[in-house]
Amino acid sequence: MFDRFKKRVKESFPEDETPSVIRKDELEDKVRNILLEADVSYDSAGKIVEMFRDRLGKVKKKIDYQLVLEELKETIREVLSAQDSDLDFLSPGKSPYVVLFLGINGTGKTTTVAKLATYVKKNGKRVVLAASDTFRAGAIEQLTQLGENIGVNVIKHVAKSDPSSVAYDAIEHARARNLDYVLIDSAGRMQTNRNLIDEMKKIKRVSKPDLTVLVLDSMIGQDAVHQAETFMKETPFDGIILTKLDTDARGGAIITIALELEKPIYFVGIGQKMDDIIPFDVEWYLDKIIP
Amino acid sequence: MVLDNLANSLRDTLRRISSSSYINAETVKEVAKELQRALLKADVNVKLTLELTRKLEQRAADEKPPSGMADQDYLVKIIYEELLKILGVESSIKVTPQKIMLVGLYGQGKTTSAGKLAKFFNRKGLNAGLIAADVHRVAAYEQLEQVAKSVNAQFYGEKGEKNPVKISKNGLKSLEETKVKIVDTSGRDSLELELIEEIKKVKAAVEPDEVLLVMDATIGQQAGPQAKAVDDAVGITGVIITKMDGTGKGGGALSAVSEIKAPVYFIGTGEHMDDFEIFNPKKFLSRLLGLGDLETLLETVKEVDITEEEAEESMSKLMSGKFNLKDMYDVWEKFSQPSLLKKIFDSLPLAKMPGGNKINPDDIENAGSKLQRYRVIMDSMTFEELEKPELINSKRIARVAKGSGKPETEVRGLLKEFKMMKNNLKMMKGNRGFKKMMKQQLRAGNFGLDEALEGVE
Repeated sequence: MFDRFKKRVKESFPEDETPSVIRKDELEDKVRNILLEADVSYDSAGKIVEMFRDRLGKVKKKIDYQLVLEELKETIREVLSAQDSDLDFLSPGKSPYVVLFLGINGTGKTTTVAKLATYVKKNGKRVVLAASDTFRAGAIEQLTQLGENIGVNVIKHVAKSDPSSVAYDAIEHARARNLDYVLIDSAGRMQTNRNLIDEMKKIKRVSKPDLTVLVLDSMIGQDAVHQAETFMKETPFDGIILTKLDTDARGGAIITIALELEKPIYFVGIGQKMDDIIPFDVEWYLDKIIP
Repeated sequence: MVLDNLANSLRDTLRRISSSSYINAETVKEVAKELQRALLKADVNVKLTLELTRKLEQRAADEKPPSGMADQDYLVKIIYEELLKILGVESSIKVTPQKIMLVGLYGQGKTTSAGKLAKFFNRKGLNAGLIAADVHRVAAYEQLEQVAKSVNAQFYGEKGEKNPVKISKNGLKSLEETKVKIVDTSGRDSLELELIEEIKKVKAAVEPDEVLLVMDATIGQQAGPQAKAVDDAVGITGVIITKMDGTGKGGGALSAVSEIKAPVYFIGTGEHMDDFEIFNPKKFLSRLLGLGDLETLLETVKEVDITEEEAEESMSKLMSGKFNLKDMYDVWEKFSQPSLLKKIFDSLPLAKMPGGNKINPDDIENAGSKLQRYRVIMDSMTFEELEKPELINSKRIARVAKGSGKPETEVRGLLKEFKMMKNNLKMMKGNRGFKKMMKQQLRAGNFGLDEALEGVE
């Protein structure tokens, strides 16, 4: 995970090979390109270079590559910790705690729903899943099978039925049985598709989720901001789950989202097994990307 | 169209060039900078972008435009050529019986693309069959089965079977009669060794004519390395870029294309099985840069089922200034199909037309829905009224409004627009050069450049 990114940073700034003169603009270009190559958005890369410049400007001693790395790390830490979430997912203080998942097609919503169910179940909680993706071929079957595999109930209707009523039934089911969580899967929708966005709004209106999560694929490039902004405008969300970090993607979206959307990252998906999901931790991330 | 943001910034850059009174090193530098920003924001590979703009500056400094060509146009030509290099060579999907294997990571849209491909071939008169060789993802079998059903394609799969090679072999046998066989393979989060081995084996068993890599338009800088790994393993013959209908720019996927030197065959532009276009780099670039695309315009008009004679007839009626509401109804009926207006506008050389940048996509959409509302209103008019609109007085307006369920103001608005249109057309009729001018403008937008290119090469 992030191996290539770290390697790239290392190669750009070999700690014990600081040249005798560091040209400021070259240094900044290097930082900017590293960030861009890591899929940080163009604007965010610019902002980080600025913050980095300010930090270096305050340094009194001679600048070497070790210091460059430290300051870069500090800059990113500053950005990310500003959005550190205080959400305690395991004791949210309400039951059933309703979580709605949204995102474009293929980011891993269904898998994430099952993974999170595994996560809360392991921590002794009871959960039900709502198969509200009634649109995509095979989606209901996929969630049903996953539910069977992990031993969790799935509330479903037939394909093409109203996703809001599936969500509603799942919440009723949870209330009647005093379950702790309802996790609502939804159909992937391109943020530009008017009809599906309206449907999403309805699911949200009907299910009144306590937490709405945008699921993003970590391989995403510059589109992260557009996607998040459009969803934000139509169906506001509270935070992000970033999937497929095991792809060796550089996950620049983590930085972009914190800086431009000012939203926290709750969880990250780090593998294909059901328990490959962990709460996001800033220090864990920094350690992985900067030598 | 897809890629609105990228298109806008590229068009702004071109407009800046055409509006500069002369081109010097300074202008080129600024243009290069703007282009760099536009490309990076579109996920084009960082190194590729830097390379491209460096080349642009170098060529602009070294090369002299051929006599008769303005510096401005020559600079546009250089940009066009360099961008075309990224977009890769023209694809040549053969409409013949064949075996196609689809590969790609999780969530890129392999299974959906399989359905879209099947529909494409079905339409061309070649029946298609889908083989479910994705044995890893939960419910992949059901998904492909449902997709196959929705596009009327044959389907082969073995539920519970975990050996993709066996399924592929049996599938090919069982679908022997089917002209086009499409094998949907497993995805993974990443290209681990296991997956590479699996698709290698499936390839050996299938012996496909085409190995198509499916990639998502939102993917970033990671696209290149991914594509290269697959290419090294199984040799990619073509690429399908999906999800081009979102705000993703496809620059990542296109950079990958330029890295593995395989052509893009199709782009996926929507949820439905019909939302699938053959990719033509030149046309695509022309549209992206706002240089117009007359061919697509003509195809679109053809899609509307207006024959040339009909078009001619409408045109001459329009031009004669004698046309009535009924004629207007006929024209509007053809153009009030959803998204049609937008398609037409995308094909116009707006970047070269004064004020062309000011057309707001929302306006186009509104115009479309307005046409539909107007049709409803006209449906409540009598034939006599349609033929002689001057008959329509306020009493009749009230009746039409009631009948169509629309406010009177809207009925009046319709009549006002009809009058304006009629007057405009009368004026145009007086201006003999108008038709000629229209034609020239379209030609200057697109083919001016193409001809110049041919002249140089």
